[in-house]
Amino acid sequence: MENEKHHIVPYKVYIYILVALVVMTFMSIGITKINLGEYSVLGAMIFATIKSVLVLTWFMHLKFDQPFLRIMVGFVILVFFAVIFITFLDYYYR
Amino acid sequence: MEHVAQHSDPHYDQEASKLGMWLFIFTELLLFGGLFIVYAIYRFLNPEAFQMAGHELNITIGAINTIILLVSSMTIAMSTSALQKKNKGLTVLLLEITIMLALIFLINKYFEWGVKFDHGIWPGSEHLLNDMGHGEVLFFGLYFVMTGLHALHIVIGMIIIIVALNKVQKGTVNADRPSLLENAGLYWHLVDLIWIFLFPLFYLIH
Repeated sequence: MENEKHHIVPYKVYIYILVALVVMTFMSIGITKINLGEYSVLGAMIFATIKSVLVLTWFMHLKFDQPFLRIMVGFVILVFFAVIFITFLDYYYR
Repeated sequence: MEHVAQHSDPHYDQEASKLGMWLFIFTELLLFGGLFIVYAIYRFLNPEAFQMAGHELNITIGAINTIILLVSSMTIAMSTSALQKKNKGLTVLLLEITIMLALIFLINKYFEWGVKFDHGIWPGSEHLLNDMGHGEVLFFGLYFVMTGLHALHIVIGMIIIIVALNKVQKGTVNADRPSLLENAGLYWHLVDLIWIFLFPLFYLIH
C-alpha cells in the first residue's frame, strides 16, 4: 500500500525550495529597507507566511502525507489565528 | 521460532509515529504562538519603543543565521531522501553538515548576545531598567526569552539529530524504519519555522 512505496523527494526539489526561501529572506530584508511605514511589517509577514508554507509542504513533507495531517495542521493554524483575532478585539476596543 | 525472532518489532507503525510527532509539534506551535501573541500585543501598545529597540539588533547576523537554518533544514530533508535511497554514507554526511550548521548558529547567537551584554543589555540589567523606557524593557525581555527558548530548541534538536545519526550508522534506522530520522527532521523544520517568524519580528523593525 502507501507505506510500501514511500514517496522519495528528489534532491534538486529541496535545492529549488532552499533557493526560493533564501530569495524571499532577502526580499523581506529589502522591503523593510524601503520605508513603507505600516506596510513594511505586513510585507515582511507575508514573506514569512509564504516561507513557512513552503517549509510545511515540502521540507515537512505534508504534500506527500495523508490528507488528515494537512487538515490537522490547518486546524491548529486556524485556532491560533482565532486566538490572535480575539485577543486583538479585546485590546483594540478597550 | 527463529523466524519470529528475526522480526525485531511487529508493532512498528510509521504513520502513527509521524502523527505522534505532529501532535507534539502542535504543542510547540502553541507554546511559541502564545509568546508571539504577547509580542504582538506589546508591540501594538508600544510601537515607537519597539522600533527604537529593534535598531539595536544586527540585521546581518540575523540574516546569516536565517540562511544557516534554511540550509540546515534542506540538508536534513535531503538526508531522509538519501536514507530512502539506501545511501547510508550520504545520509550520515548530510546529518553531520546539519549538526555543524546548528553549531555555527549557536556560535553566532553567542556573539550576538555577547554584544548585547557588553552594551549592558540583559533581562533585568541596570542600564535597561534605569535608562530605558517600559517598551524597550518589554522588547528586550521578549527578545531574550524568545530567541533563548529557540536556542534551547536548537540544542535539543542537535541532540536528537546526533541520536538519529548514531542509529543510522548502526543500521537500526534504515530505509524500512526511517521514523526516528523523519521525526528528527520534523522537529528541526519546526525550529526553522519558528525562526522564520522571529527574524522579521525582531530584526526587521524599521
